[in-house]
Amino acid sequence: MSSQPRALIVLNLVSALLLAASYYASLVYAPLEAIMGAVQRVFYFHVATAWVGMIGFVVAAVAGIVYLWKKDLKWDEISLAAVEISLVFFFIAIVLGSIWARPIWGAWWTWEPRLTTAAILEMIYLAYLLLRQGIEDPEKRARFGAVYTLLGGISVPVTFVSIRVFRTIHPIVVAGANAEAQGGFSMAPAMLQTMLFAIFAFSVIFVTLFWHRMRLSALANRVEQLKLKVMQ
Amino acid sequence: MILVKKLIKRFGLKTVLRGLDFRVEPGEFVALLGPNGAGKTTFLRILASLSRPSLGQVTIAGFALPAQVAAVRRRLGVVSHQPLLYDDLTAEENLRFYGRMYNLPNLDERIIEVLEMVGLMARRHDLLRTFSRGMQQRLAIGRAVLHNPQVMLFDEPYTGLDQDASEMLDSVLRNVAAQGRTVVMTSHDLARAEGLASRFDILSRGVIAASASQVSLGQGNLLDFYKGVLSA
Amino acid sequence: MSQLLPPSPDRPGENYFGAVAAVAWKDLTAELRSRELLSAMLIFAMLVILVFNFALELDKKSRETVTAGVLWVTFAFAGTLGLNRSMSVEKDRGCLDGLLLAPVDRSAIYFGKVISNLAFMLIVEVIVLPIYSVLYSVNLFNPGLLSVILLGSLGYVAVGTLLATMAVQTRTRDVLLPILLFPVVIPVLVSAVQASKGFLAGLEMSEIMPWLNLLIVYDVIFIAAAFMTFDYVVEE
Repeated sequence: MSSQPRALIVLNLVSALLLAASYYASLVYAPLEAIMGAVQRVFYFHVATAWVGMIGFVVAAVAGIVYLWKKDLKWDEISLAAVEISLVFFFIAIVLGSIWARPIWGAWWTWEPRLTTAAILEMIYLAYLLLRQGIEDPEKRARFGAVYTLLGGISVPVTFVSIRVFRTIHPIVVAGANAEAQGGFSMAPAMLQTMLFAIFAFSVIFVTLFWHRMRLSALANRVEQLKLKVMQ
Repeated sequence: MILVKKLIKRFGLKTVLRGLDFRVEPGEFVALLGPNGAGKTTFLRILASLSRPSLGQVTIAGFALPAQVAAVRRRLGVVSHQPLLYDDLTAEENLRFYGRMYNLPNLDERIIEVLEMVGLMARRHDLLRTFSRGMQQRLAIGRAVLHNPQVMLFDEPYTGLDQDASEMLDSVLRNVAAQGRTVVMTSHDLARAEGLASRFDILSRGVIAASASQVSLGQGNLLDFYKGVLSA
Repeated sequence: MSQLLPPSPDRPGENYFGAVAAVAWKDLTAELRSRELLSAMLIFAMLVILVFNFALELDKKSRETVTAGVLWVTFAFAGTLGLNRSMSVEKDRGCLDGLLLAPVDRSAIYFGKVISNLAFMLIVEVIVLPIYSVLYSVNLFNPGLLSVILLGSLGYVAVGTLLATMAVQTRTRDVLLPILLFPVVIPVLVSAVQASKGFLAGLEMSEIMPWLNLLIVYDVIFIAAAFMTFDYVVEE
């Protein structure tokens, strides 16, 4: 229990290597984009972190539903772990998106549907964590959390659609010609390879972090159990 | 009338009820005694169908919980230390509301019958917020017997009542029990319990630690019995 | 004194609409007597409009573009106040337990509360609209706008009732509801504002329809979701 399983240690190593490799791929291997220049290189990590955020989002909602069905607190731990990881990675994706947007669109922030939806999703996650904090009983906390992730899971796609419709009716007024584009440039094969590699690398990193987070929950449960034993 | 076998209730990692066995014959009046935190309220909430058992079997009036919960609820009246009534409704309106929730026939007559029984006929058009604590508690009992339940549960009904109100409540409780109902009551007040109940069960560390009938115990020996069980 | 009667026969589901009506009747009777919740919502709504008046300088020109937004922000804020209060009443004196002890499906309690919460919100809206019309001389009596208000309020209350039921059961209940509610009802606010704006500007129906459709879809999906999950937020 106390030391990491061997598979996890290997995974740590693999994750670090993959991360280094994707740095190399996006900064060196991928060719310079002709119009946007060097800042476009942020795109690979932007897509990959957003991808991890999406995985976390889906895992959290599905685990929430399974919890309501099975009533096993294990699923609540999975849901919480997924939310926490997703929260961080969506945040990174938003920041990277802003860095990319600044020179291209002429503004740190644009109310682009994907970006806005990601920001709203972050708010849902923060509300979720705040909700959990206010409840003592672990089962009630799990039930309420699951219901809220479920509502969030339904509302986020609808939010995306509504902002999308909002944007098509009201044309985007942003400095710079490339307003509609996100990945709207033509991708050279090496760019595509880099993007896919980064997505793969971050998926592995997601699994590693997820495993660590689940171990943390298990250890926290153990501590709680020992505390109860001492008290009796 | 009430049959509980190997009942276990956990809140997360904390176990409150540990394999509790409990049996009440029709017409018995059982006082459930025990120190704070012994699990009395938790146990009563499970009997009241407000909380689900983690493990074990609970049968009330021949119906299993939680599978046949609607049938149990129709046969169950519950009084807690909170009145479960609405401040901005009159006594009569409060009863009418609960009567409609239970889909009772001849509701008008039944309401008058109940109001007379708890001695609030004269105040029936007054708002609940104008009632004293004792009157509220009597109306709460009226609410609980409205649908003529076979089984009644009282959770610390004397909380916050003065001497006069307590005596008034005594007579109402006797009245309720005299109609052939099965009653389970939790209480801190040994003297009050001694005057009412036909059997005393002591709940300690999540199980029924001891049980004695009024007859076998004799008058005035409850306190010694209680102390003896808890110090053992 | 009556003898112990046999219990009424088990007829699950039979009393469903009776219970829905009973919950709504109970809320409306109590509220029409005390008027605590409605007056708080109304005064708050008027204050929000007053604040907007100075924050946005609602002169004649800007009014045309922001009226819909100001109205919906006002309704949303006043709405959280009402929802929180309406569920606190159930929690404070243990009444939620009383409701749960009744042999009715939990969703009947949910729908009863939705009806009364919706009624409170519509009453506030019906009073705010003419006042706003008079204050800023805009004509708000537009059947299209009224239908948007009905659809938008329904979606808002459907989610709000479920989340308020959760919020009042937490330690941080006084502050939690708007934080839980607003990120989830953004589609309602976006489409209600856009549809209202469309009707006020006299746009073609074809331009407003996408928003109305979105509102209807949202209402249907979220009423269904709340119907399925309400059990989990009240049962232990």
